[in-house]
Amino acid sequence: MDMINLTIDNRPVSVERGTSVLQAASQIGINIPSLCYMKLEDLNIENKPGGCRVCVVEVEGRRNLAPACCTDVSEGMVVKTHSMRAIHARRTVVELILSDHPTDCLKCAKAGNCDLQSLAQYLGIREIHYEGEQSTFREDTSPAIIRELDKCIRCRRCEMMCNEVQSVGALSAINRGFNAVVSPAFEMNLDHSVCTYCGQCVAVCPTGALTEVDNTGAVIRALSNPDKTVIVQTAPAVRAALGEEFGNEPGTLVTGKLAAALRRLGFNYVFDTDFAADLTILEEGTELLNRLTAYLGGDKEVKLPMLTSCCPAWVKFFEHQFPELKDIPSSARSPQQMFGSIAKSYFADKIGVNRKDLVVVSIMPCVAKKYECSREEFSVNGNPDVDFALTTRELAHLINLANIDFKSLPDEDFDQPLGESTGAGVIFGTTGGVIEAAIRTAYEVFTGKKLERLDFTELRGMEGLRRATIDFDGLPIHIGIAHGLGNARKLLEDIQQGKSQFHAIEIMSCPGGCIGGGGQPYHHGDAEILKKRQMAIYREDAGKPIRKSHENPYITKLYEEFLGSPMSEKAHHLLHTEYFDRSKSER
Amino acid sequence: MADYKMHLLVCGGTGCKASESEQIRDNLLAEVENHDLTDEVQVVMTGCFGFCEKGPIVKVLPDNTFYVQVKPEDAVTIVEEHLVKGRQVNHLLYRDPENDKPVSDSKHMDFYKKQVRIALRNCGFINPENIDEYIARDGYAALAKCLSEQTPQEVIDEIKRSGQRGRGGGGFPTGLKWEITSKSVADQKYVVCNADEGDPGAFMDRSILEGDPHSVIEAMAICGYCTGSSKGLVYIRAEYPLAIQRLKTAITQAREYGLLGEKIFGTPFCFDITLRYGAGAFVCGEETALIHSMEGLRGEPTFKPPFPSESGYLGKPTTVNNVETLASIPVIINKGAGFFSSIGTEKSKGTKVFALAGKINNVGLIEVPMGTTLREVIFDIGGGIKGGKKFKAVQTGGPSGGCLTNSFLDTPIDYDNLISAGSMMGSGGMIVMDEDDCMVSIAKFYLEFTLDESCGKCTPCRIGNKRLFEMLDKITKGLGNEEDLTRLRTLCKVIKDTSLCGLGQTSPNPILSTLDNFFDEYLAHVRDHKCPAGQCKSLVKYTINNDKCTGCTLCFRNCPVGAITGEKRSPHYIDNSICIKCGVCYDKCKFDAVSVS
Amino acid sequence: MNKIKSLDDLRQLREGMQAKIKLRESGDNAENIVRIKVAMSTCGIASGAKEIMTYLMDELEQHSIEAVVSQTGCMGYCFAEPTIEVTLPGKDPIVFGDVDKYRAAEIIEKYIIHNELVDGILPANYRTIDN
Repeated sequence: MDMINLTIDNRPVSVERGTSVLQAASQIGINIPSLCYMKLEDLNIENKPGGCRVCVVEVEGRRNLAPACCTDVSEGMVVKTHSMRAIHARRTVVELILSDHPTDCLKCAKAGNCDLQSLAQYLGIREIHYEGEQSTFREDTSPAIIRELDKCIRCRRCEMMCNEVQSVGALSAINRGFNAVVSPAFEMNLDHSVCTYCGQCVAVCPTGALTEVDNTGAVIRALSNPDKTVIVQTAPAVRAALGEEFGNEPGTLVTGKLAAALRRLGFNYVFDTDFAADLTILEEGTELLNRLTAYLGGDKEVKLPMLTSCCPAWVKFFEHQFPELKDIPSSARSPQQMFGSIAKSYFADKIGVNRKDLVVVSIMPCVAKKYECSREEFSVNGNPDVDFALTTRELAHLINLANIDFKSLPDEDFDQPLGESTGAGVIFGTTGGVIEAAIRTAYEVFTGKKLERLDFTELRGMEGLRRATIDFDGLPIHIGIAHGLGNARKLLEDIQQGKSQFHAIEIMSCPGGCIGGGGQPYHHGDAEILKKRQMAIYREDAGKPIRKSHENPYITKLYEEFLGSPMSEKAHHLLHTEYFDRSKSER
Repeated sequence: MADYKMHLLVCGGTGCKASESEQIRDNLLAEVENHDLTDEVQVVMTGCFGFCEKGPIVKVLPDNTFYVQVKPEDAVTIVEEHLVKGRQVNHLLYRDPENDKPVSDSKHMDFYKKQVRIALRNCGFINPENIDEYIARDGYAALAKCLSEQTPQEVIDEIKRSGQRGRGGGGFPTGLKWEITSKSVADQKYVVCNADEGDPGAFMDRSILEGDPHSVIEAMAICGYCTGSSKGLVYIRAEYPLAIQRLKTAITQAREYGLLGEKIFGTPFCFDITLRYGAGAFVCGEETALIHSMEGLRGEPTFKPPFPSESGYLGKPTTVNNVETLASIPVIINKGAGFFSSIGTEKSKGTKVFALAGKINNVGLIEVPMGTTLREVIFDIGGGIKGGKKFKAVQTGGPSGGCLTNSFLDTPIDYDNLISAGSMMGSGGMIVMDEDDCMVSIAKFYLEFTLDESCGKCTPCRIGNKRLFEMLDKITKGLGNEEDLTRLRTLCKVIKDTSLCGLGQTSPNPILSTLDNFFDEYLAHVRDHKCPAGQCKSLVKYTINNDKCTGCTLCFRNCPVGAITGEKRSPHYIDNSICIKCGVCYDKCKFDAVSVS
Repeated sequence: MNKIKSLDDLRQLREGMQAKIKLRESGDNAENIVRIKVAMSTCGIASGAKEIMTYLMDELEQHSIEAVVSQTGCMGYCFAEPTIEVTLPGKDPIVFGDVDKYRAAEIIEKYIIHNELVDGILPANYRTIDN
């Protein structure tokens, strides 16, 4: 290995060639503050535009200060990270950023979670020496994301996420000089752009410039309305991350406390989206088997590979970018929408409540779910199947508002019938989980044999693009997995060119899948957090008594009492959907 | 009909006119008439000779005798001695400053050697739309020589020996730049000509492309040969339609002659050039921003390294050279590195083109050897200050350069001297200011430019420059205090120290250099709330002198805002709370009754 | 147009061109050939150089003066555009600045036909590297 020797703050350090000064310093415990720089290890995501200039350090022999994040080490380099000159410059740069930043920290959505705020605190900024005009922009509200660009510090993380990671291309830097800012082209609103609402921009925004639409008020109103029956569903990835908002270590599972908190908030029934995930497996799994059987029977028209369709940002992505492929994804609705649809039909009938008086709230790790439940096809006579989608972060606010001491809550169970789930439903929360859950069911249905081994480790991991071949009793089934829309694009392009060898592909928009969703507690650029959440999800699965969706007794009962069989006409009506060509439309 | 045998040229430039050159002409005319020579000798007033230091000038044709510091009474002597007796008037001849010997023929005077045209050698000489004329002037001989007689490394060594440094502003050694690209390993490499000339008032690149496009094409091909690139790109701003058209014509002609394309001069070397148009963003002159713009991305710089020579256009090794740099290359090859390096100073070789602008008589394009002093450029070649006013400062290096004063006039111009004087070479803009210019306003003007042209990527340039501008604005409005001057200087230094690219690293230069050289002027603004040059409108006050005002009402009738009151035939009064300081009253008053303070 | 395939081709072409230019200078009726170059860069054209060029060609034809009028790049005298350079046979080139139609007529009438100078000559103030 090619090692480079250098001195940082009078301390010798030896690091690999190609290491940045910032990384080299951190290896010996020197923490150079940075702002725009962000690196998600293992996910191949790095933002280093070198724009904020907070991490500037003095390098002996150089005329100007050097940004530590994008300066590579060189042999014999002498770096001073806290010389007078470096400290003064760093503080001045932060003062300049603050001079163009609203001072409404007390009521900012990002208060306490803001990287700029922390930085100013870290550097002990008590005065801004250069006050002046602040740049102002029109606020932009979409169904899921609010852009308050007055708070933008031009770190360009959102732009990098949107373009390089997600390949969506909704955001880019526009204007020049003082008025330069990140925005959709021609300063259009987000809802007129190709934005998928994946929320990765929100997830990485260091300030309050990008936040989710806040629905907590609407939920509180519904909860306090005596005429309404309010029920809640909570997505698998939420239980693996919510604890972080209350000081738990990342990767702490809080499933029981989550159910308890929701009950204390006043929801009449506390259900689990995992139930709907099991339902999804039956519908989607059956669809896959139908397509496979047709294919094996010689049907040349059949669309393969089949793509998963649980992720609303992914759905919007292919509707904009690959409309000609809209027949390929499974027609199965997402678990959130299946839940809503069943809740407002089967369950409403069961408890004798009119669908208009039943309010369905969902707790999601996701920003795009807010958009998804507003899609017209997911409503009946204007009444949406899911009324409000809250993010994990919003739920934490709600719990605080209700004066609930989360950490001291007892563990409680979900209500029945829509609260029972299997391990297969749980792993929907991570990349690779949906396809693993589908295989557990499809294998047994297809081969008629019992699976010996339930952990398909070959499908797990954090690689952006993964492939595996599963032996269906002599029939090799080729599986593709992509998380991050940029990775998804590669698979789609293969399909377009007829090069795809896969039978089924799982796609999740967010890096890591739902555990890394845009609505999760902020990871502040620490990819370890995502890995810990992923491990927690697999832990929950391993601990479940039932781990295959088709063995969920309440699902069996639902088919017996209500739906008939998977892909039945009723199931089709309630649990499936269609996709639209949005390549030319505005939203 | 007259058939003149002799011509007397009298300089009619402002400087010489101020020294009675018109009287000299009249006296000469009278003397010519006295001697009955009107049919044989013609007296003509000319444009400025540029040699104002020694004005007024009288030149005699056809023998090129050059008389300096002529007085009206010398007319008699010139006519009697030179015209009638055929003897030169010794005491009026220019004397060589080295040996004090009189020089009679202007062609032998140092002054006329001050401009040496290498990059501009063909500008104004050949028809740029005719490749044959370029070839007649040794065009494409350098390319032929390289391809048939030299290895790429030999050519690179020649360029290195010549000491040529990039003329776009950075001053990076050209040969070295080529060498880095040549040593980078890649399946495709590129040669880029940076024709994104953005400094206000600078137009040397445009003139070269318009006047001698083939020199750039030839040099790009040579660079392609040296670096192993088969593709050339010219990044040119769309606002240069004529340069684009001439370049296109030239490329077509070169292709027809086989000087671009496959197997040039029968060798395996292939090279072709395409054009890319820029939208005129100043920052796109920065090479990484330029490359991003060519790739269809937002034109903003990225951190170097990697340098384009290693990873540039489409991630491939790319040599980016400025137009002027390229235009000199064929000369270096044809005449040898020794010829080029014999011109200039120790560390800056060859010549540099400057665009003279501002309060100078001979606004235009000049090319001088490195090491020429500012005084020679401004007073000798540029013909001195317009209207006979006093020189105050010269701004070099475009908006990111600094303002240099009198004390720097005798500094030889080269890369390093200008930087140590607090300015820079830049691409070669040179703007001259006279006593009427307020240096605070000048600094503000330049800052406004960089503020507009910043890409907004890095904090110091995006917000810092805005704050600098706001402080300057405050000062020019009389609202600043001495503390502002300290803050101004401090912020300038941080911006220079922390900005991402050359634009931000140099944008405070106009402020720092004016703070250094004209601190009194800043002090006057903040301490006495006065603008010594009378340019800062907010600090100017118009008053009407009661004794002089006749009450003609002319000012009253012309005031656009109704700030002037007064009865007919009695003194008028200006209400300064309404006055917008447009100066109309001052201009209109026929009795000198309006005064400015 | 023939391709230039070698150094020799280029040399031949160059010599041919130089000869041609020489011919233009000292040909059969060299005494009568006047050469005029009009500076046609952006600054020149903006100041009216194109009109002047057309005007010069028309006028010279009317006066039956055999002349070559060609365009060239910027001479550097931007303060005095349009500028033209007139070379009379056997004489040094002379540059006239601020040439409008009136002055163009004057230059033809006085300098070209009668060898009288007119006001507003621009003294050449540079050396160009020649062979």
